[in-house]
Amino acid sequence: LAAAALWDVLGILLGGAELLFDGVKEHHVTLPSQSEPWNMKQLLVWIGQNLLKERPELFVQGDDVRPGILVLINDADWELMGQLDYELQDKDNVVFISTLHGG
Amino acid sequence: MPIQCSKCTEQRAVLKRPKTGQSLCKECFFIVFEEEIHHTIVSAQLFKPGETVAIGASGGKDSTVLAHVMKVLNERYKYGLNLMLLSVDEGITGYRDDSLETVKRNQEQYDLPLKIVSYEELYGWTMDAIVKQALDRGAKLLNVDKICTGHNADDLAETVLMNVLRGDIARLRRCTSISTSSGGEDVLPRCKPLKYAYEKEIVLYAYFKKLDYFSTECIYSPNAYRGHARAFLKDLESVRPSAIMAVLHSGENLSIKESVKMPVQGTCGRCGYISSQALCKACVLLEGLNRGLPKLGIGKHHRLHEKLLSQQPLSNAEERKLKAVDF
Ligand SMILES: [Zn+2]
Ligand SMILES: [Zn+2]
Repeated sequence: LAAAALWDVLGILLGGAELLFDGVKEHHVTLPSQSEPWNMKQLLVWIGQNLLKERPELFVQGDDVRPGILVLINDADWELMGQLDYELQDKDNVVFISTLHGG
Repeated sequence: MPIQCSKCTEQRAVLKRPKTGQSLCKECFFIVFEEEIHHTIVSAQLFKPGETVAIGASGGKDSTVLAHVMKVLNERYKYGLNLMLLSVDEGITGYRDDSLETVKRNQEQYDLPLKIVSYEELYGWTMDAIVKQALDRGAKLLNVDKICTGHNADDLAETVLMNVLRGDIARLRRCTSISTSSGGEDVLPRCKPLKYAYEKEIVLYAYFKKLDYFSTECIYSPNAYRGHARAFLKDLESVRPSAIMAVLHSGENLSIKESVKMPVQGTCGRCGYISSQALCKACVLLEGLNRGLPKLGIGKHHRLHEKLLSQQPLSNAEERKLKAVDF
């Protein structure tokens, strides 16, 4: 249905997670079009290949985010939304907050 | 399909609670989070009306949330506490400046008095006076009765695990207590109102309330011993969130056989203050300042204490590690 659409996603990194992305907190991302909708699992792979600047082991673990990094999709805990299987919608807002940094 | 809040059944849920698995909306989450901390404070009788309580403030997430919640609860439930923020300026350029700036903003945001104790301030005192912990010193200056700190459930579970992994029975027994009574005339009682609050909820509380906090560089390299322990707990939590509470609960309920020999709490080889290491924190700090090695007072370098005590020079490699760093 939405095969030709592009997915515009706003990614925000907080709590120290931005330090792995050259200190940049806001990332406006246009995902390449694909036949199936993008899901979070694919987004993580894409982030790892295109945005993550250093020490990927501090952000991803296997094909998931590293435990201790919280994920919010449109300001709600992704644990309420299917986590890795969540299918991204155009204009979604994804926030990654590290809890692993000093406080 | 958005999930509804299981409490009010009206609003859209924004988080799944690690403690209970409940789905809550923002407002219900704020209430539940604050009420649980209130319950902790009341049931452990952490404060008495009229007390002056210093909140150990670093500008980080835990102490920022603690300051906010303490202010809210003190007003809502009329604790009658005189609250203030207390921060230690380690006098090191770099991230500490940013965290102090955050604390200064918090002072205005929460309308709480702030006192920053600098090592310089302590430095001007007599040798004897320096040998007390900086927070205690600062608190004393302000006639504070008690200090509360932002340690959360995840921190305490990690401490339990670390003490098990190090075989440190004495600390294992003490580490989960919610408050410590005064440890001598110059050490103030301390307490941890966030003891039963999950880190996830603290971070989300700060996020949804748009609290202003500062994150430092990753404190634990994942390969350090403590980093492994932290990562292990986080891995467990991702499978079963109640693991954090379970470890904490185990720590609280361990009883140690009479026949287990406890290490005697030692004293500092230089000044005689209570210390579990050869040198107390203040003496290490002072030594670091004297030798131009400011990091000496911050990290854990007790392997170097014997050298310091006997006035031996440090090796180049040791010195390099302790110089002020490029953050
Ligand atoms: Zn609700
Ligand atoms: Zn000493």
